[in-house]
Amino acid sequence: MDLADIYRVEYGRCVATLARLLGDINLAEEAVQDAFTTALQKWETAPPNPGAWIVTTARNRAVDRLRRESTREARHAQALLLHQQDEPQEVGPVKDDQLRLIFTCCHPALAPDARTALTLRLLGGLEVPEIARAYLVPEATVAQRIVRAKKKIRDAGIPYRVPAGHELPDRLPPVLTVLYLMFNEGYAATAGPLIRTDLCAEAIRLARELAALMPDEPEVLGLLALLLLTEARRPARVGPAGELVPLTGQDRALWDRTLIAEGHGLVRRCLRRNRPGPFQIQAAINAVHTDGAATDWTQVLALYDQLLTIAPTPIVALNRAVAVAEVHGPAVALAALDDVDLPGYHRLPATRAELLARLGRDTEAAAAYEQAMTLATNETERAYLRDRRTELTRTRGAS
Amino acid sequence: MKQYLLSVHTVDGEEPLSDEDMQAVYRDTGRVNDEMLAANVWVFGGGLLPVDSATVVRVERGTTTMSDGPFAETKEHIAGFWVIKCDDLDQALAWAEKCAVACQGPVEVRPFDEMSEA
Repeated sequence: MDLADIYRVEYGRCVATLARLLGDINLAEEAVQDAFTTALQKWETAPPNPGAWIVTTARNRAVDRLRRESTREARHAQALLLHQQDEPQEVGPVKDDQLRLIFTCCHPALAPDARTALTLRLLGGLEVPEIARAYLVPEATVAQRIVRAKKKIRDAGIPYRVPAGHELPDRLPPVLTVLYLMFNEGYAATAGPLIRTDLCAEAIRLARELAALMPDEPEVLGLLALLLLTEARRPARVGPAGELVPLTGQDRALWDRTLIAEGHGLVRRCLRRNRPGPFQIQAAINAVHTDGAATDWTQVLALYDQLLTIAPTPIVALNRAVAVAEVHGPAVALAALDDVDLPGYHRLPATRAELLARLGRDTEAAAAYEQAMTLATNETERAYLRDRRTELTRTRGAS
Repeated sequence: MKQYLLSVHTVDGEEPLSDEDMQAVYRDTGRVNDEMLAANVWVFGGGLLPVDSATVVRVERGTTTMSDGPFAETKEHIAGFWVIKCDDLDQALAWAEKCAVACQGPVEVRPFDEMSEA
């Protein structure tokens, strides 16, 4: 493993542990960055436990730095370090620290945009320009969101701890949402290449850690299963020319069997617990998609019906309509979309277009494809829609 | 220990609470006050009379002027507040939740600047 890989894996873990030791996120980040700079100068090969080396070095560097400074934060951090002298020496990053940090980054008192940016920065170790590229916002905006969020954590006294059991119903969903959005942005990027594997990998890594730390929370397992089962189909999702391949047209031989087995195992664990939630149901839907040679759409529709009762969002209604089309035909599905309102989202007109095409209503289908093309922001998705529209004209011309 | 301001606001033109609801608010906020005192988080708190009772005092270049009415011409006005002391934002938010239920309206939680504390 070279230093860049170690950085990607260890950065968040070390910042989390240092944040506990120093009681301040900014000081923790500076200390860890200092330690990596030292590593760059000193390491010929990486030590056997690089995380422990970084934590120890960062802690020592922080002590040196604090002695030189006399700000309020520095005095507070020094007091904390002094207080911990009796504790056994750290052997490396402590796993619970990451859990503490992710709950701090995803605190409901922070703006939703800031939660994602802060999680990617602190736990994912992504740099500001990388986050800006992923979310199509100017670097200055991302930098400002992160600075403001860190300032609010300190000023408002957002605690650095894992919420108690009775707080979890309020506190866990924002964490799961941040990981889901991170994965989603990677899987269907707003711009650029369709799939950004780095964001997907980071979301899965953090979801795995969350599942290891909270193995009794079924929604955490559900989220991890959902991400794994979606990730498993990634190799088949883009064709040889970089074109988008819809689920029904994918070569199932390209799907990742190991990830699918792991995802199915998690879904079974969730079913045994029998405490369903939105992520578990979405995971179950994806388990059906990846089970056997073809999708059992009746089962998928039943799961969407269940999902719609606990999470009645327009996105769920849209996805449910796709299942309705497979079970009851395109006319029923089209009627089910009548009440769905998703302004600006290209998948609504794109789905309507597919259904209209299947009903032979080509003129309306073409108009819906045009509308979807105007709304889609990713070039790969626009190209797919353009091809579908062209096919429509060809079929009509031939008939 | 940090200190937080929990404030309650009224919006001009909003339907005022019925007498019955008002009585409930007095009763329930009274209970929250007792709970705060018992938990040793209470610093100070109280309800305010309507904004038309306010006076603004200005001192400019040594001259003092007074004017009738609130400081800012806004639609929202502070109607009451608590100052509490607790360990962190989560504790303050939990108290704010009780306050919001008791006074039947949103509660803003704002930390004090620790540098300004005596």
